[in-house]
Amino acid sequence: MEKRVFFKGWWLPALLVAPQLLISFVFFFYPSGQAIWNSLFLPDPFGLKTEFVGLDNFRFLLSDPYYLASFKTTIIFSTAVSISSMALGLYLAALADRLIKGAGVYQTLLIWPYAIAPAIAGVLWLFMFNGNIGLASYYLKALGYEWNHTLKGDQAMFLVILASSWGRISYNFLFFLAGLQAIPKSIIEAAAIDGASFWKRFGTIVIPLLSPITFFLLVVNIVYAFFDTFGVIHTITSGGPEQSTTILVYKVFSDGFVSQDLGSSAAQSVILLVLVGILTVIQFKYIERKVHY
Amino acid sequence: MKKIKAIIASLALFAMFAGTSAQAKVEIQWWHAFGGRLGELLDEQVNKFNASQNKYTVVHTRKGNYSETLNAGIAAFRAGQHPNILMVFEVGTASLMAAKGAYVPMYQLMKDAGQRFNPNGFVSAVSGYYTTTDGKMLSMPYNSSTPVLWVNKDLMKKAGLDPEMDLSTWKRVGNALDAAKAKGIDMPFCTCWHSWVHLENFSAYHNIPFATKSNGFAGLDTELAFNSPVHIKHIQTLGKWAQEGKFKYMGRRNEAGKNFRAGECMLMTESSAGYAGIKKEAKFEFGIRHLPYYGATEAPQNTIIGGSSLWALSGKSKEENKATAAFLAFLSKTDIQAKWHQDTGYLGVTTAAAKATKKSGFYKSNPGTDLAGIQMMRNKVTQNSKGLRLGSFDQIRGIIDEEMEGVYNGTKTAQVALDSAVKRGNVLLRRFERANK
Repeated sequence: MEKRVFFKGWWLPALLVAPQLLISFVFFFYPSGQAIWNSLFLPDPFGLKTEFVGLDNFRFLLSDPYYLASFKTTIIFSTAVSISSMALGLYLAALADRLIKGAGVYQTLLIWPYAIAPAIAGVLWLFMFNGNIGLASYYLKALGYEWNHTLKGDQAMFLVILASSWGRISYNFLFFLAGLQAIPKSIIEAAAIDGASFWKRFGTIVIPLLSPITFFLLVVNIVYAFFDTFGVIHTITSGGPEQSTTILVYKVFSDGFVSQDLGSSAAQSVILLVLVGILTVIQFKYIERKVHY
Repeated sequence: MKKIKAIIASLALFAMFAGTSAQAKVEIQWWHAFGGRLGELLDEQVNKFNASQNKYTVVHTRKGNYSETLNAGIAAFRAGQHPNILMVFEVGTASLMAAKGAYVPMYQLMKDAGQRFNPNGFVSAVSGYYTTTDGKMLSMPYNSSTPVLWVNKDLMKKAGLDPEMDLSTWKRVGNALDAAKAKGIDMPFCTCWHSWVHLENFSAYHNIPFATKSNGFAGLDTELAFNSPVHIKHIQTLGKWAQEGKFKYMGRRNEAGKNFRAGECMLMTESSAGYAGIKKEAKFEFGIRHLPYYGATEAPQNTIIGGSSLWALSGKSKEENKATAAFLAFLSKTDIQAKWHQDTGYLGVTTAAAKATKKSGFYKSNPGTDLAGIQMMRNKVTQNSKGLRLGSFDQIRGIIDEEMEGVYNGTKTAQVALDSAVKRGNVLLRRFERANK
């Protein structure tokens, strides 16, 4: 038997969905429409005059090698952040799941970094690796390794990945732990009685049963790496050196609000919008098929 | 319940009084970019003005660094929430000039307010930057500086060098760095504001164009020209020093100043306005020298300014504009200017202030503080040494910084980097030209 509620008339259902529709309109459709509209113009910074340029902003962008490089940077960055934070989150969750004493304390401490805002996390890591006063850079120097993320792109990339993944590990840990605890102990015990080793059990029972959560986290983490890491990048590198840590969303900001090129910035938002749309479709269409529920 | 009523009544009373006092005085907003020691000195100026009369109140707010302040001002203007006075650094000058209607030109503001104001009182090398080609002053010069070479004399001695040795050319500087490196000095050379010192001022100093059309003064159709052999030679030298560990890159803005003040860096190229901080913090003997040049050219031309001017933004009431005019006129007074010049190391932007400072014997008791002024005004300016007027220049500086980082970390040659910076910068100049036709 299906549970369904039927409403008589149309005004009650309309009233009930109105808040959601209103919010979607105000916070999604209206700004997106504005971005699309603005991407067709070339305004001056003060908004005193503007010129219709058609698709010129897109042409300008796609002929800019630094914009194209920013795609690559974004892929490297978001893959590294998602994979490293999920792998570490799973590892810590597997360990915490086996704890008998003091589980609550460990879990609380492991979740803690999630409470720290990205910008503050960025400043924290920046302090540790600061060329003048940083502890980490000091010890690295003592070991004979020259640390200067203001100049070396790969070091800067490493640092923003580290700072972005750090808080994220807690988030992933939380979900993986809940997932692990939801797996019936009897299945694991049955496998153990049949003689399956820990790794065998982990690989053939735990991982498949965790796959819905893993898939969910993958989507959420990629979205996070795409959009929410702005604070970390802004505080640590501002996209430098030589744009080596300028991911797409940072470029939208720096071209729009630092360089005051609002036309180009709007065009980038539109491209980003399309990109995320495609990515979501791919994830749900192809990866979700491999997920067991 | 009684209590709540009492609170409401007292709040209402308070609001009434607050309201009346605000009506009595005209309040104007000033957004600026100064923190630290400079922020304290700025606050002092504002307090002095507020105490000097009872008609107007100036409220100042720091909005971050120069770029952030400019961007905050522009964003606020679009939203109609802008301040009366906005501090704009020299790089943003062309952007504001092109935005006719966003500001009230200085000469107009003063005339409307009936304020006595003499644009000829300013040093022409400074005011020329903010004046149209037909001689109308658009904004008020506030702080102007020029790059000089800072010397840590204690480290020079440690390197076995004579702290008073001749450092007038880059070749001699190079020799000193070699000696310092050999003696194990960790940071022989560092610099602030890479593009400003090593390309923009470098061009003026060697009397070669940074951009065509008189560095942009003669038209929006200007093109960048800082990839000449002389430029390339200098940037390549810096790159070589970076690879050899003699020059340490600390960041794009004035991050290196921290290392110098802490006594780690031996020679630093930085604005003359580094003076305020260095004087306050340095626990070593320091010296000021002229910016070095390449001996191959004849004696150097002059350097150009950096720093900011104050723009009166449009769309404010007549009363508020009057207050703005009164405050800006106050800032240009000789005693205020002379004190600012002596405290900060910024140039005395009015001729009267420079004279007053000289008369007070300040230069004698603080050797080197007059060098910046001399260096700026040593020759009759040429079209290469008047300054820069380029649109989107903050962004272009960002591009230059990026490309120079490539040279310093050894992934690019100076030729490749500067060619690329010129090419990328020109694209932005064309975009700016198009948006401001």
